[in-house]
Amino acid sequence: MRWLRENLFGSWGSTLATLGILWLAWMLLPPFVEWAFLKAVWFAPDSRPCRAEGAGACWALIAEKHRFILFGTYPYEQHWRPGAAILVLFALYTASALRRFWRPALALAWLGGLALIGLLMWGGVLGLPYVENERWGGLMLTLLLATFGIAFAFPISILLALGRRTRLPAVRALAVAWIELVRGVPLISLLFMASVMLPLFLPEGVSIDKLLRALIAMIVFAAAYLAEVVRGGLQAVPHGQVEAADALGLPYWRKTLLVVLPQALRVAIPPLVNTFIGFFKDTSLVVIIGLFDLLTSIKVALIEPAWSGFGVEAYLFAALVYFVFCYAMSRYSQDLERELERSRTHALKGN
Amino acid sequence: MKARLAVAAAALLASGALHAQSTLDAVKSKGYVQCGVNTGLAGFSQPDSRGVWKGLDVDACRAVAAAVFGDASKVRYTPLTAQQRFTALQSGEIDVLSRNTTWTITRDTGLGLNFVFTNYYDGQGFMVPKKLNVKSAKQLNGATICVQPGTTTELNLADYFRANKMSFKPVVIEKLEEVVNAYFAGRCDVYTTDVSGLVAVRASRAQNPADHVILPEVISKEPLGPAVRHGDDRWFDVVKWSLIAMVEAEELGLGSKTIDQQLASTNPSVQRFVGATGDIGKQLGLDNRWAYNIVKQVGNYGESFEANLKPLGFDRGINNLWTQGGLMYAPPVR
Repeated sequence: MRWLRENLFGSWGSTLATLGILWLAWMLLPPFVEWAFLKAVWFAPDSRPCRAEGAGACWALIAEKHRFILFGTYPYEQHWRPGAAILVLFALYTASALRRFWRPALALAWLGGLALIGLLMWGGVLGLPYVENERWGGLMLTLLLATFGIAFAFPISILLALGRRTRLPAVRALAVAWIELVRGVPLISLLFMASVMLPLFLPEGVSIDKLLRALIAMIVFAAAYLAEVVRGGLQAVPHGQVEAADALGLPYWRKTLLVVLPQALRVAIPPLVNTFIGFFKDTSLVVIIGLFDLLTSIKVALIEPAWSGFGVEAYLFAALVYFVFCYAMSRYSQDLERELERSRTHALKGN
Repeated sequence: MKARLAVAAAALLASGALHAQSTLDAVKSKGYVQCGVNTGLAGFSQPDSRGVWKGLDVDACRAVAAAVFGDASKVRYTPLTAQQRFTALQSGEIDVLSRNTTWTITRDTGLGLNFVFTNYYDGQGFMVPKKLNVKSAKQLNGATICVQPGTTTELNLADYFRANKMSFKPVVIEKLEEVVNAYFAGRCDVYTTDVSGLVAVRASRAQNPADHVILPEVISKEPLGPAVRHGDDRWFDVVKWSLIAMVEAEELGLGSKTIDQQLASTNPSVQRFVGATGDIGKQLGLDNRWAYNIVKQVGNYGESFEANLKPLGFDRGINNLWTQGGLMYAPPVR
């Protein structure tokens, strides 16, 4: 009661705001619940029940199209393969999230995991029919683009950030050129360059796969943005730390790896995760070069006339999927920050 | 300017050094036809719930594969957006572009590609609610018209009204989904796009399709068909005749279910067509049963139309055979 009075009805203004919000919720929530749950059509062999008078949300669309939304045009009988690949990815995510797995073996696990995913997705051996990567799609493709994009862009971005701060003129010029050129154009134009211009300049017979071209464009883009974030972290490291490392006689790479980067990256966690989340959603831009990521698959699922006209349901579903992943990332980064902060204060006290 | 530069560069490449090896040999050695299709257009090319490509344009790709390999499934699809489609063909990323592309002279000459045949005759039309009691587009003076921007549709619309000295109020909405909603919500009196689009929208989105009429005036010509790269005549022939074979089969009364019984037919045209006599297939560089394989595995043009477009409410209309009052006229296979 007291909490209520202090926080919601503390003054005339906040009382009005509270009542206004309550009124809005009262007006909006019941119709939404009725539409989304009570009157919704959950399963139907076709869309006729959805089009009946007074029918609510047509979740039957998702039920009908979920395999396509998850796996795109991957051969239907082989859907267990991308399914298994997604599980492998999740296992890798989980292992990387737990700090007690943070040791060199994790890198090996990633290499092994990615090899396994490649084996599952491409096949061609062990009796698995070969599936060309043009047929990869859906959620699987979104996850692959995001995972590979970040996995490659992050190390590159650290090198770029270090390069931008180095005294070697050529390296610095290269790093600055990369960052500024790429940041100066939108991702869409990079994707267009990769998909429309690049093939024209390659000699005949040399064609880089469409997926790979898109992935390279996204890595180049993400690396430039992440580099600036990492640079921000580097600048936050007190100069005394560098000098102390110098005084100990550490050479450049050991100084950077052991003293500077751990501190810089810790400071940079919030903006890094922010960029990761943005990048995860940016993968949906591959729609313009005809790759079937999660969002494109949903759009294409809506095209079939039997199921068209239920865009709201489809996009809500897409929003939900994106939200789950982005929220997980953001929660994890908050936990990680707190944990690192705790261990840092511990260490300080210990000294 | 930028677009023109790119096109010029592409044309140079396409006409120049690009094609040392013939596409037919390349396709045969790699074992599949790489076919560029629309990322999703109902009835023409779209993946179904199981992720299998279906549609009239997709059937064109399958026909080529059936002719070359005797197996219609040996196709790999590259979904392409409107901006990518010509580059994909010019750069050799795909072998055939079968993506509801309108055949125009600028495209045929300026882009380094050749259109092979028309597999769907489309054109821009108008749809109005029946209750407005409009019988002709000439009565649309002062109407509010829903249209998508940036397409030839918008230009054709303006041209048509100017030529007929009429005025209209455009309601310009970018997204298909929204422009359609605007029309059915009554925000405009008329919705204009290609007739194929009008038919599909009416069938799938109208509460009662009979409440909307498509006016008889068709104000533009949009012959849609596949294209191949300029300068490779053998491949051009293969793709062209694969499409023609589907139309010819319908004319001869050969369908996927009946062709096996017709193999023993004494009709010389049928005998030539199925490869029982003559060496038409060999002259194309294909198996002599190329046309038989197309009809057996993909079907004739009418069957493809029935399977893909009929369920959406399409009439054969001008896409009927010439003997039935349409424009589908196959040059003789002999």
